[in-house]
Amino acid sequence: MADPMAEIKASFFIECDELLEALQDGLQLIENGEQDSDTVNVIFRAVHSIKGGAGAFGLTQLVDFAHRFETVLDELRADRMQIDQSLLALFYQCGDVLSDLVRESRDGVAHDIASVQPVLTALDQLIPADEEDTDDAVDFQPMAVSLDLPDLDDMPLTTDGLPPLAGGPDDTAKTYLIRFVPQQALYTLGNEPVFLLSALSELGTVQVSCDDNAVPPLEDLDPEAGYLCWEIQIQTTKDEACLSEVFEFVEGICTLEITTLGTAQPTLCDSIGADLAISPPDPEVAPNLELALPSPAPSPSPVTQATAPAPANDTRREAPRATVRVELERVDRLVNLVGELVINQAMLSQSVDAAGLSANTSVHTGLEEFLQLTRDIQESVMLIRAQPVKSLFQRMSRIVREASRDIGKSVRLRTDGENTEVDKTVIERLADPLTHMIRNAVDHGLETDADRVAAGKPAEGTIELTAAHRSGRVVIEVRDDGNGINRPKVQSIAISKGLVPKDADLTDSEIDNLLFLPGFSTATEVSNLSGRGVGMDVVRSAIQALGGRISIASTPGMGTTFSISLPLTLAVLDGMVVRVADQTLLVPLNAILETQTLSANDIRAFGPETNVICIRDSFVAMLDLGAELGYRAPLQSYVGCVMLLVATEDGSKAAIIVDAIEDQRQVVIKGLQDSYGRIPGIAAATILGDGQIALILDPIDLIANSEWRTRPPSLEQHEVGACNG
Amino acid sequence: MDETDQALCAAQAEKETELLSFIVGDQDYSVDIMSVREIRSASKATPLPRSPSYVLGVINLRGTVLPILDLSLRLGMDRSAELARNVIIVVAIGDKTLGLLVDAVSDILSVAADDLQPPPDMQADAENQFVSALTIFEDRMIRILDLDSVLPTMSEEAA
Amino acid sequence: MTLQVLAVDDSRTMRDMVRLTLTNAGIATHLADDGVHALEVLDGMPTPDAIITDINMPRMDGFGLIDAVRARTDCRAIPILVLTTESADDMKTRARQAGATGWIVKPFDPQKLVKALKMVAGTSNG
Repeated sequence: MADPMAEIKASFFIECDELLEALQDGLQLIENGEQDSDTVNVIFRAVHSIKGGAGAFGLTQLVDFAHRFETVLDELRADRMQIDQSLLALFYQCGDVLSDLVRESRDGVAHDIASVQPVLTALDQLIPADEEDTDDAVDFQPMAVSLDLPDLDDMPLTTDGLPPLAGGPDDTAKTYLIRFVPQQALYTLGNEPVFLLSALSELGTVQVSCDDNAVPPLEDLDPEAGYLCWEIQIQTTKDEACLSEVFEFVEGICTLEITTLGTAQPTLCDSIGADLAISPPDPEVAPNLELALPSPAPSPSPVTQATAPAPANDTRREAPRATVRVELERVDRLVNLVGELVINQAMLSQSVDAAGLSANTSVHTGLEEFLQLTRDIQESVMLIRAQPVKSLFQRMSRIVREASRDIGKSVRLRTDGENTEVDKTVIERLADPLTHMIRNAVDHGLETDADRVAAGKPAEGTIELTAAHRSGRVVIEVRDDGNGINRPKVQSIAISKGLVPKDADLTDSEIDNLLFLPGFSTATEVSNLSGRGVGMDVVRSAIQALGGRISIASTPGMGTTFSISLPLTLAVLDGMVVRVADQTLLVPLNAILETQTLSANDIRAFGPETNVICIRDSFVAMLDLGAELGYRAPLQSYVGCVMLLVATEDGSKAAIIVDAIEDQRQVVIKGLQDSYGRIPGIAAATILGDGQIALILDPIDLIANSEWRTRPPSLEQHEVGACNG
Repeated sequence: MDETDQALCAAQAEKETELLSFIVGDQDYSVDIMSVREIRSASKATPLPRSPSYVLGVINLRGTVLPILDLSLRLGMDRSAELARNVIIVVAIGDKTLGLLVDAVSDILSVAADDLQPPPDMQADAENQFVSALTIFEDRMIRILDLDSVLPTMSEEAA
Repeated sequence: MTLQVLAVDDSRTMRDMVRLTLTNAGIATHLADDGVHALEVLDGMPTPDAIITDINMPRMDGFGLIDAVRARTDCRAIPILVLTTESADDMKTRARQAGATGWIVKPFDPQKLVKALKMVAGTSNG
């Protein structure tokens, strides 16, 4: 097994991430004015727990900063301080510093102290002088803990390895006489004299005598009271301090006298109060007892309420749900295995079909159930990888704070749908593109405060970051309430860069989409923030690599919205197996609105090389999949072919023509991006039951890149025969 | 063999490269054997639309998607006789794995580094860019393939 | 008989550290995230030989837990150690007022923790 301390340390950093998230949440609640009595406590606890763990691993810088932050939070918690905007801003900054320190501690990177100095200074100013005087920070000494423990039973109760509390152990054995008279409170607080005596016995040779003189006659005996006291004679090489250390927890709730025999100097342990009225024990009366003492009845004070626990100060929060932490590698292995299972199941189905068994046989019924089970297992496995986008959103909130500070705009980030769950890999790979989009929104999307006021808007700009599940996909939107896309400017830039012809007549949407063109980097506007040599084309590629799409909508004066639509999982897909020009392809089921076998009447000539399909009196653009993918030239006749009606991003529809629909099934997605690269119109690949690879179509991308040719060029002067025949 | 001889042998061994040689359209090519993952017979590839002609398509290599390049087309030669071309050399290039369709695999050669010479600079043949070095083995000229330049360039031109 | 200890802390790292320490010392360890959870765990396990608890926790803090344990006839004699980052002097008073049996200062020394447990709960063969 791996080093347990290393494992705990790794898990500590994971916990830190969660705590930092809780910290952010708390600050967010305060910012939105939605905090309750526990919010500050939650924030305090998060910082406190980070400090505690960091201390155990000797992470001094982290401990030190967390401690200062915590001290200020404690002031807030104790109502000695009021929270306001500037304090909140400082807390956010502290959260950022803390998160940097956690990351640096994890990666073993030295921290640049100078960079946090302003924050430290600001914090220190808030720490009351008296607390500083006591040098509170020193109280909490980080200690790198080593856990090379001997077994409990082998471990003597000596303080080996620990600095002696007072003096040093004496090599020569001495004999001490200890008188131990418990008070009532000792029992009430859960102490047990026999354990103390037992602990004592490990320090040397002991002789214990119990004094039961105080035990009253049975009729007078209070079962809740303790009447016994002990006298212990111990021969040990340890010094007195070691002996009294055994009684550390009962100090003040017992009478303890330690006398060095021979010198006969009684020592009172600390300032133990009174209760010396008990007469010295008479060795002849007191029986010598072995350590197997009957335990005197532990006697707490009378109980009035036996069952009801003390009311919890806040029970509104949900009970923590039981969780298990699992290495991602194991999950991925499971995901892969289930993927293989799905393929295997498909192969089995195919063999059963090939065997020509009748549909009513038990083999078929069993196979149905197998199919259902496979799907259930697959869904459950996929859920393991799903995570809320919250952590991602919190990173963005920091980006907004930093970007707006750098550029001097006041910006507020609103988030919604933070608990929407997406595949972990998607979340990780979304961070960069989203960061870029958020920076863009702060930098280019929003106007300056002054311009906003002049336009009759609030000085503070708003960026909304939302996530939601929508028809089997996850939609993430970045919306700003800025001035919208400056279309004339965008168009002139595109023209000057030769991306569009000078006289191009472009629709608003076409102009907006110019932003995604490679090479469209608004060089004149390159700033520190977003001008990092990455354009929106890189963002789009990153989204597409995840099987996602990005679109843009903008209203002049009102703002711009970028929508990212992503598949829920990167691993499986429900698809329709289609055949076109002897190739087998998969079309994602959720893209298909309806299917229909074409008759001559459905097809109408449109342009010289294009046709449209007439569906219920409306006309839809027609696309020959075989021709678009270069498998064949456009056909003379499409009668008998099958049309798949799909909806595009902007709501318009298109008809994709294939030769036949063969099947409908769930497939395991195998990316092409890593092994080959992106192919326009193709989302990924999969392995079919016969072991052959089939490509998975990306209908939207296909339509965006299509040529729409559905008539052989040689026939352009004529009507397409089949349509009128 | 005394110690000096041993040391000499060791030094020589260090400098030697093992090459897998193969035939593409009557020419001898080779790749460093360290980059070869396996050799397998060709199977039916699924063509990739909108890809260069030398990209034959993808095949299923034990559950992963393996792109196959027709090396003769990639090197600017004609597609050679169909029957002879039935071997795929699976190579690793950086973090990518690729299958190269060749006519036949011939041999494994040990070549001393000193025996490798840079190809002469001749601009006329575009395929020269694919050859990183030349060597002579048993009177035949063997070209050492520059695997990086064989990679399809279109993978980089996304969107 | 193996010692049974219930360890309560809202920090997973601390729980892990306590568990590792105790497990290494041959002590059976049960874990709970906060006071409320601890009372639930308490109901589902044999009466523990000791409870080790953090103070500052959500829902029910360490002091609340001590109150609740001391108020139950079946549990009121359980020794309770509090884990705290506060300095020992302050803590001693507060812990004792709250009804704790002993206290351990965080970050704890594993040997001290085991030793403290022995002082309040004995050992497996003691």
